[in-house]
Amino acid sequence: MIASFILRALEGKIVVAVAILLGVAILVPALNLLTPPDSALHIPTYAMALFGKYLCYALLALALDLVWGYCGILSLGHGAFFALGGYAMGMYLMRQIGSRGVYGNPILPDFMVFLNWKELPWFWHGFDWFVFAMAMVLLVPGLLAFVFGWFAFRSRVNGVYLSIITQAMTYALMLAFFRNDMGFGGNNGLTDFKDILGFPVQADGTRAVLFAMSAIMLSLCLVVASAITRSKFGKVLVGVRDAESRVRFLGFRVENIKLFTFVVSAMFAGIAGALFVPQVGIINPGEFAPANSIEVVVWTAVGGRGTLIGPIIGAVLVNGGKSFFTGAFPEFWLFALGGLFIAVTLFLPKGIVGTIQHGYRTRKAHKAAAEAEKGRDAPASIAQAAE
Amino acid sequence: MTLKILFRTLLACFILVFAAPSFAQQGDPKPLIDALAKADFGEAEKLLGQIAATGDTRVVPALDAFSNGDLYFRKSDNAVFIGKTAGSGFDLIDPLTGASAGQAAKNAVTKIKINNNLRRVIRSAMGGLTLLSPDRTVRLSAADAVLRSPSPENLELVEAALAKEADKEVKARMEEARAVSVLSSDRSVDEKRGAIQTIKNLGGRNALGILSGVSGSIDPSLKPDLDAAISAIESEQQLWDMVQNVWYGLSLGSVLLLAAIGLAITFGVMGIINMAHGEMVMLGAYSTFVVQQVIRESAPGLFDWSLAIALPIAFLVTGAVGFVIERGVIRFLYGRPLETLLATWGASLILQQTIRSIFGPTNQEVGNPSWMSGSFPVGGMTITWNRMWIILFSLTIFVALLVVMKKSAYGLNMRAVTQNRRMASSMGIKTPWVDALTFALGSGIAGIAGVALSQIDNVSPNLGQSYIIDSFMVVVFGGVGNLWGTLVGALSLGVLNKFLEPSVGAVLGKILVLVLIILFIQKRPRGLFALKGRAVEA
Repeated sequence: MIASFILRALEGKIVVAVAILLGVAILVPALNLLTPPDSALHIPTYAMALFGKYLCYALLALALDLVWGYCGILSLGHGAFFALGGYAMGMYLMRQIGSRGVYGNPILPDFMVFLNWKELPWFWHGFDWFVFAMAMVLLVPGLLAFVFGWFAFRSRVNGVYLSIITQAMTYALMLAFFRNDMGFGGNNGLTDFKDILGFPVQADGTRAVLFAMSAIMLSLCLVVASAITRSKFGKVLVGVRDAESRVRFLGFRVENIKLFTFVVSAMFAGIAGALFVPQVGIINPGEFAPANSIEVVVWTAVGGRGTLIGPIIGAVLVNGGKSFFTGAFPEFWLFALGGLFIAVTLFLPKGIVGTIQHGYRTRKAHKAAAEAEKGRDAPASIAQAAE
Repeated sequence: MTLKILFRTLLACFILVFAAPSFAQQGDPKPLIDALAKADFGEAEKLLGQIAATGDTRVVPALDAFSNGDLYFRKSDNAVFIGKTAGSGFDLIDPLTGASAGQAAKNAVTKIKINNNLRRVIRSAMGGLTLLSPDRTVRLSAADAVLRSPSPENLELVEAALAKEADKEVKARMEEARAVSVLSSDRSVDEKRGAIQTIKNLGGRNALGILSGVSGSIDPSLKPDLDAAISAIESEQQLWDMVQNVWYGLSLGSVLLLAAIGLAITFGVMGIINMAHGEMVMLGAYSTFVVQQVIRESAPGLFDWSLAIALPIAFLVTGAVGFVIERGVIRFLYGRPLETLLATWGASLILQQTIRSIFGPTNQEVGNPSWMSGSFPVGGMTITWNRMWIILFSLTIFVALLVVMKKSAYGLNMRAVTQNRRMASSMGIKTPWVDALTFALGSGIAGIAGVALSQIDNVSPNLGQSYIIDSFMVVVFGGVGNLWGTLVGALSLGVLNKFLEPSVGAVLGKILVLVLIILFIQKRPRGLFALKGRAVEA
């Protein structure tokens, strides 16, 4: 009884969240495009772009929550999947520049002309085709996660060790992408984009659509994540998180369960990266920096891991705070962030949403207990009446 | 011909460097040179002998000019000058001092005549002046010059000098110079064979160059000897390259060891994912900077001691910071390792920003004491003192830490607490106190490492971040909870890195090492030296 109660409440929460997100997806672009600039309701383009960025981060945090909150895999390398998705999108956007680059080469992006390359490297082929590029946004992070996870989970690399090797993975990728020889623009990364699907990237209309897409993709991924976690599979997932050995002894293939979740999560991160790049206009190897991935962990922790909604709230709150602090008191941002890390781990281990949920559940439980008390009385009175 | 010119220029260089007035002078060469003006060939030969006998190396430019036909005398006073054509006349240069002595019209001076016999005399005189110079360094340099640009004409000279030479080192160098000259001369095959042996023993890239240079023109009967000598030198070179790589690898490994050894305690022994570890190293480096600043301002004479003074200070500062972090944050998080990661990362951000606010974001200048700079040669490679000291220092720290852990009562308590906290507590060990001290110890060691690393790296607020991942890799690779594992892990990763570097480049080498570690963890999830027994399951 109680379980179904909570489940229904949770479901309601997801529905509310999706409704809000979809509302935002329509309302914000509408306020940006349809209201005059001097109107009180007008949302300036820069604010929309900023908020769009938060939504991408929120999707990244959601991806991390799926593996960390539900499967107990603390990945310190989710930034890598995010960046790979971003690079896939960046490569598509680079190819769209065509001959409008500084060097005017119709096929080679500027940095390749600069490096004196004669032809397009093999892995750049196909990226001028949007559908192919979008497939790569999912496939490249997914494949990396599959290979990495396949090795790691089969050898039962757990906990801290897994965290550290995921960190090594993103660090190695960062070093690799910094190299000019890799063919991804080296230090400068990919930038100077012109248009996407024929629409200019900088135009307000395109930005509005990108914003709306971010919100829609976020709500879509939220629904998928919710479906995964609320299925039977999701119950096993939580089992793996809380008592891996027991689940294994019960006959489940723990490594496959983990691998599936890890790959799905990596794909979410890839989508987030792909939506992020056209909105900020650049992707460079700095996105692979281990510090970025650790920051994602904080967003998730602040919002509350294992809640799906929490990471979204956490990402928006922390990044909003970051934008505010770096503008108002740039000196204090790292103090604030560092303090937040410590405060959340010490005083709010369940995160914002987790704490609220916990309070809600305890109240419900109390109520239910009271109901049960009444219920026990009721049959007695019926029995008395029968007598 | 070009070699000859090179030889001359080199000689001239030596003259400039070594023509000090302190030379033992057996007479003033000036009147002798002036006498050349009116001498016939026979007299000139005698005069040249006398000039050489003065042993005054200042005459070399004049002799050089004479043999090139650039020596002139002024008709008015028979004074001798080196002449250089300038427009319609000559620039006159004093033959001894090299100072300008004005100009002269073309018909005011006459060229002093020279023939091939005199040229030969001059050459031997010049070689004699340097190879036979009373100054040991001049002789050594002259022999070096012959060694670098051998020519058969110098052979007799070298042999003459060799016969007189008493100094062992100079003699050896002259032997080599002679061997090199023999190869390009028309001496007998046997003599050349001996020369090849001498050059082979000399070794090095220079010898390789000489031998391969003559391989085209040499007598066919010597070809096998030559090839054998070349391959012998080449294999020796390869050996030295290998030794050099190992040395560089150990050097890098010792840096990794320094960076990781504190973490081997906080992460390895205590199980705290201490992301603030790198910042402890950074604090240690900044302590060194502050100590050096104070010394520079108040007691510059103590500068060579600055590192020794900085060591205990860095240990105390970082140890204290570690103590505060443990008492303030980490003690609430035992048993939740992944959350210590977040909290210590937060602490690291705060520490970084604190340092940035106090000292600014730029690199700080930390000086090397005199005993840290310079280098010394060992066989075919050069070893710099700072690398040498850092290797020794890291090993010392390692041994000291090992002794503390294995032999002291505190180490015993520490191991007891990590193996079985409740049992240790029941036996009367104050476990919270031991925890705090252990974390402080690990942090303090990181601070000491920072003192050493300040000598080879940029001291900036980001110093720690560049070490944190490497440090974790070393500890995980070596095996958590095992100091020996950290040592072996650090050194082997260092050597592996340096062996990959020449073939694939520094960055790719590093990437490969990371990938190898990731793969290695799959094979041995608990590292190189895994703890065995029930402790693993806990």
